[in-house]
Amino acid sequence: MRVYQFTEQPYPPAWDDHNGSLRVNLPNRKVDPRIAADLFHRYYDEWLLADELGLDIMINEHHQTATCMCAAAIVPLSILARQTRRARLLVLGYPIGHRPDPLRCAEELSTIDVVSRGRLDMGFIKGVPYEFPCSNQNPVGVMDRFWEAHDFILKAMTTQDGPFNWEGEFFHYRQVNIWPRPWQQPHPPIWSTTGSRNNARVLGERGYVMATLGTGYSTRVLYDAYREGYVSKGRKAPAADRFAYLGLVAVAHDEAEAHRRGDLVAGYLRTGAIVHVPFRNPPGFLSVEDNTRLLKGQSPPRTRAKDGRVVDMRACSVQDLIEAGVLFCGTPDQVYQQIVEFCEYCGGMGNLLMMGHGGRLSHDDTADNLTLFAREVLPRLQEYKQPVAEAPAAA
Amino acid sequence: MDARVKPAPAKSAQPVRRFARMNVIADTSMIAVEGVNVEVVERGSGSPLLFLHPGIGIERTAPVLDHLARGVRVIAPSHPGFGRSELPRWMNSVDDLSYFYLDLMEALDLRDVTLVGVSLGGWIAAAIAVKSTARLARLVLANPLGIKVGDRETRDIADIFALTDDELNALTYFDPKVGQRDYKAMADADVMVAARNREALARFAWSPFMHDPKLKHRLHRIRIPTLILWGAADRIASEAYGRAYGAAIPGARFETIERAGHFPHVEQPELFAQRVLAFAAAP
Repeated sequence: MRVYQFTEQPYPPAWDDHNGSLRVNLPNRKVDPRIAADLFHRYYDEWLLADELGLDIMINEHHQTATCMCAAAIVPLSILARQTRRARLLVLGYPIGHRPDPLRCAEELSTIDVVSRGRLDMGFIKGVPYEFPCSNQNPVGVMDRFWEAHDFILKAMTTQDGPFNWEGEFFHYRQVNIWPRPWQQPHPPIWSTTGSRNNARVLGERGYVMATLGTGYSTRVLYDAYREGYVSKGRKAPAADRFAYLGLVAVAHDEAEAHRRGDLVAGYLRTGAIVHVPFRNPPGFLSVEDNTRLLKGQSPPRTRAKDGRVVDMRACSVQDLIEAGVLFCGTPDQVYQQIVEFCEYCGGMGNLLMMGHGGRLSHDDTADNLTLFAREVLPRLQEYKQPVAEAPAAA
Repeated sequence: MDARVKPAPAKSAQPVRRFARMNVIADTSMIAVEGVNVEVVERGSGSPLLFLHPGIGIERTAPVLDHLARGVRVIAPSHPGFGRSELPRWMNSVDDLSYFYLDLMEALDLRDVTLVGVSLGGWIAAAIAVKSTARLARLVLANPLGIKVGDRETRDIADIFALTDDELNALTYFDPKVGQRDYKAMADADVMVAARNREALARFAWSPFMHDPKLKHRLHRIRIPTLILWGAADRIASEAYGRAYGAAIPGARFETIERAGHFPHVEQPELFAQRVLAFAAAP
């Protein structure tokens, strides 16, 4: 198993005074650039520590939000491509359906791959609903735009014999010939995220690494949809390395201390959805059928604990988060057991996207969290033999 | 009838292609124009009036259609993507819709049409009229959107996708209760239409938001009698916006309708129809 250290690079000082919205419309006078600088440097230092400890690194971006200060993933990617030595650098991801210029995306990502000497994992994502008012891209048809950008970026990365022409539905270029081309051949590994069975199947057909975020003990149905897509193309069942899962992690020698840290990391869950209501579901983000169900008052699928109980991630206890498989938390032995149990449930999950920092967890706590995980949990996870599920789990 | 028109096989028989399971009832039919199947309400007789609905769509039970049908033959389609009308994948602009309706008028061989549009429908109507008025006699734009009036930092048109339902109704209607919907009590098919309408409006008008930067500079081409009707309580766009619209069309009249907001055909359907029919019948 590979383990990627992830933080949203939050700005918690603004979390207590938001008037109901931490995203899109929270005035930026609430961010003090001096405090932001300290936080950025701190988060980069923690990623450098992760590199030293044998962990990999995951970076993301959101826009206009106190939940995630990083609005341009290329910035930490650039810094870490130069300053780290061995970690894989996963960006999960580039919201390519929003970007006006996929040529620029291809150039940025190729350069990162070269500077890091082939350590880039290249995630392409649709983006959360709140990104649309920021980018002003039309949420209607965004996946058509996404897939054209995807096709273009891959063509740009893999074309080595001079300029090509592109006159698509969304993007137009006439002399495409990026310098440098990527280090990894034919291109860096492609990752994506999803929460829907339909999209999971599409990702399976393509064989990309699929991540789900905080889906807990509701994850298996998505993995099985991926498996269906994967084998539908004439392949054997996908190995665990095709699956990734973002879970919160808080480990300490003392269980009570681990739970204290877990409660702080869970600040991520408790703030992530605080956003002005109209920005939560822009037109076209969900299908007409899903929107019809929402208007009729039918709630979308929820996160469930092992015993099938519905868990409200935004308000529940640390213990509930642990039972839901959303938070891996406790002593090193307990955390190892929780992760292995989750992998067995998933039928194989080979990439843990570890939120080892979240919310108001201090630098000292974060450094200790990462160090303890890397020394006492990671080696055992690297030894652990993953299952390779062939068939869907029994309902 | 033009050879390209394929009317829905009688008004009771099997309807067309993708909506094969839909009941086509009474005066509502599906017609195919250049291969695009759209739902159309036709009511009344006499000279033709083509009614282009706003982003909330048009229901066949809308009182305004009955009031209008007392004086003319009303033809009220649902735009491609709205109601139960098909959406060809390539259509994504009001320009596309305006060409679609030029085709529709040709396909139905409509002549001396009174073209009426409300809000988004007014924008489509203006976009039709700047291209060709060959089949038009008169133009009525009710609280039309579609032009840019203020400077780049002035929002002419409320950002409706950044508003809660209550906020939106307060800006839209003279009486905000008119806009309230109890979706849980509505039939699934009607809720699905509401969901389709919201998505289709965004498809056609997300950016540039609710306007075409070129349209204002083309309005001078409209040389037929034109009436701007303005629901006086509209706070989606201001009366000054409506007057600027009228000022860009040679000889256009401007009239307000009291006790109505952005959708005067909904809040004052009878008065709305009276004004339209009087204008249509004027010498």
